[in-house]
Amino acid sequence: MPRTGPGTAAKRTLVWLGALTALLAILLGAGTQWGSASWSPRLALDLEGGTQMILAPRVQGGSEITAEQLDQAVEIIRQRVDGSGVSEAEINTQSGRNVIVSLPGTPDAETRDLIQASAQMEFRPVLAGGPGQAPAAETPTPEDQLPNAPGEPQDASDPNWITAELYSEFETTDCLDPATLEPAVEAAPADQPMIACEPDTQGKYILGPVEVPGTDITTATYGLQRSSTGQALNTWAVNIEFNAEGTQTFREVTERLYAIGQGDPRNQFAIVLDGRIVSAPTTNAVIPDGRPSISGNFTEQSAAALAEQLKYGALPISFEIQSEQQISATLGADQLRLGLIAGLIGLALVAVYSMFQYRLLGLVTIISLLVAGVLTYLAICILGWTENYRLSLAGVAGLIVAIGQTADSFIVYFERIRDELRDGRNLVAAVESGWRRAKRTVLASKAVNLLAALVLYFVAVGNVRGFAFTLGLTAIADLIVVFLFTHPVMRLLAGTRFFGGGHPWSGMSSDTLNKIPLYRGAGQVREPGRPAAVAATRTRNKGASAEAERRLTIAERKRAEQEKTLAGRTGSSKKETNE
Amino acid sequence: MSRTSFATFGNELYTGKRSYPFLAKRKLWFVIAAVAVLAALIIPVVKGGFNLGIDFRGGSEFTVSATDNTDTSIGEDAVTQVVSGAVPRVTNIATNTVRIQTEQLSDNETLEVRDNLVAGYGVDADQVASSFVGPTWGEDVSRQALIGLGVFVVLAAILMGIYFRTWKMSLAAMVALLVVMVVTAGLYSLSNFEVTPSAIIGFLTILSYALYDTVVVFDKIRENTAGITDSTKRTFAEQVNLAVNQTLVRSINTSVVAILPVASILFIGAFLLGAGTLQDLSLALFIGIILGTLGTLFIAAPLYAQLRINEPELRKQAERVQQRRELEAAPA
Repeated sequence: MPRTGPGTAAKRTLVWLGALTALLAILLGAGTQWGSASWSPRLALDLEGGTQMILAPRVQGGSEITAEQLDQAVEIIRQRVDGSGVSEAEINTQSGRNVIVSLPGTPDAETRDLIQASAQMEFRPVLAGGPGQAPAAETPTPEDQLPNAPGEPQDASDPNWITAELYSEFETTDCLDPATLEPAVEAAPADQPMIACEPDTQGKYILGPVEVPGTDITTATYGLQRSSTGQALNTWAVNIEFNAEGTQTFREVTERLYAIGQGDPRNQFAIVLDGRIVSAPTTNAVIPDGRPSISGNFTEQSAAALAEQLKYGALPISFEIQSEQQISATLGADQLRLGLIAGLIGLALVAVYSMFQYRLLGLVTIISLLVAGVLTYLAICILGWTENYRLSLAGVAGLIVAIGQTADSFIVYFERIRDELRDGRNLVAAVESGWRRAKRTVLASKAVNLLAALVLYFVAVGNVRGFAFTLGLTAIADLIVVFLFTHPVMRLLAGTRFFGGGHPWSGMSSDTLNKIPLYRGAGQVREPGRPAAVAATRTRNKGASAEAERRLTIAERKRAEQEKTLAGRTGSSKKETNE
Repeated sequence: MSRTSFATFGNELYTGKRSYPFLAKRKLWFVIAAVAVLAALIIPVVKGGFNLGIDFRGGSEFTVSATDNTDTSIGEDAVTQVVSGAVPRVTNIATNTVRIQTEQLSDNETLEVRDNLVAGYGVDADQVASSFVGPTWGEDVSRQALIGLGVFVVLAAILMGIYFRTWKMSLAAMVALLVVMVVTAGLYSLSNFEVTPSAIIGFLTILSYALYDTVVVFDKIRENTAGITDSTKRTFAEQVNLAVNQTLVRSINTSVVAILPVASILFIGAFLLGAGTLQDLSLALFIGIILGTLGTLFIAAPLYAQLRINEPELRKQAERVQQRRELEAAPA
């Protein structure tokens, strides 16, 4: 085996591959040790069992949804699902148009309705109540002492809204009960008062009818509060901007509330989202320009959260269930098992076929496939950890289909080497020049594969993504393997006696490949006693060879003549041995 | 075919001793392709479209797995007891697996039908899977798939144009690709195979495979025809034909190797798992891989030659080859 040249370069390349694999393994190992990584891939719902809903957000007015709106939609659903007490739910967006909700088990009807409902934000004036009044009153006010509304309410802040019935309901409502705190599926009637809880302050309120709908908000931001001279203060504030209509109504509301005066709960207004109060600020001034600013005990985080929630108000998104799939855990496990069996059968068939075609060289194919498999497996595990990638049944199918496409890189390479051998090169030279040609082909064809995977991944919806992902991943793994493993291994093997000497079992045997050496010096070219394939084929395909001979060029004819003499020689020696 | 003869086959193809007339008979292939495409376009019209899966129709679906009793009437009753007048489609899709499809049910109805199925087939609740699809979902999938198709074809054509430095290869490859796609679609309509989103994934993967195959063969053509104008050994058409023949062993090996895993999924899908992601996907791929390989050999390569054969330079070169041959044919 040569100590310098292709051999050492090949060994160096293999070391690089080893280092790459080790690096991935160490990364994953560290992830399992200190992070949430696992040595097995994370599974999608169709393999793990559970419910998957694909939701299409619908914006009122039918306009197209923007990326920002979609992110908000995800946020809305996440809060609703978390609020309904389902744990381990996963919510993702897909293709910039759909929201995918994956839940373990089967969600109840209420959770489903909740997920679909559109967000309702509204501004209502406070009629009674305040923070810290969450628990149900221990001693409800006796019936005869309940407030009775003497007249028809004149405006939204009128205490006449509070009827005896409403007040007793207010007293018995328990804002500490998780059931009460669940987001409302249906919005309370806009022209009626309502009872609402404020989970953050354990508050309980009676609210007047809706005065400003959330759709009147243009946008909401947060930032450090500014003093009247424009200097930044050290407190956080949330800034709302209303549209023209909202500005008009909000000015009227603040004029009325401000006049009521501080200290009265009716000075407050409540921002209600899905039936829960997200904030109930007091009115410190009349807001004529439609740009109110809410300040208080905000941290940067809570200010950001409120600003986000106010933005939902500007965005009444509803969700339509596009598809829903429920798969039990046992069925999921079954699908995975059968998918893996299919993969193993496929792999075994490919292995048998390549052994049949390429003899021991087929082993190189099989080992290359295994190396590609290990790299892909590590990548899937790592992506499951860092990117939350989950392997679905379509993904498994992608992996199985990829076996064939990966093996093809080796086939292209081996066939090129054979072509070079047929031109009369020795194996070491054939591997080098065959590689130069095969490399181009492999790169160009894999580029097509990757392009297809990328386009599918970014354009397609549903299952297609998981499939495209594994297809792309394996194309990359294939490139790594053919460059860093298959080629260096071929270089090393070319230097061995078994392959370089063209053993009949090597798959690169010079005789079966009809090799015609370019240079025939003193060294023996064909071992005596072994019948050359040339002779055999000549007799078998007489018609074909005659036809071919007619077509030959001068150079080819000359070569054919040389061949014939050679064939004759081996042919006669064959006869001798037969006798 | 034994091992030695297969290698010999490869040898003979390489030297040109054995040669299949992929180019010489190109008119025949083109006519066959045109007829196939025409048929593929007419069949869906005559048959009234495709057998669309539930994802395109919208509705509710239940799958009962691992049941010993596959009597379809139980499934029908389970639905009609809940929704009288419903017309459920109950099929025995694989060994011990029954699938019930019906119009869209409400949540409560879905739960009731589930309970009925669990009781009727005597299985655990675990063994009944249910799904529901809105009527617009399938449209969504197919629209996105069409966009994907368009984007991919344009990008791939550009990529190939840059790599091979000729738009004629891109054009030939794309025509072959379209033929493969249309004929595959026609076969789906003809055989009444169900069109599901998974089948569409398979369909899109054919794109990748068919073009991949073409690129490999075209790369050999590029190599063989480089510097063709300075050579009088073979005409352009002969070189192209030689390239196709030289890569024939690879084409055969590749398609066999690609088909084997797909066939194993198809087998598992058809006999053990029942219709679903795996089977739909592999069926489309199975048809597509075969057609894709044929498309490269019989359409893409001959079409490329056809597109270039009349270029003035190549005509002159063909004349020179002819002259040289005539000279040689004269007795020395």
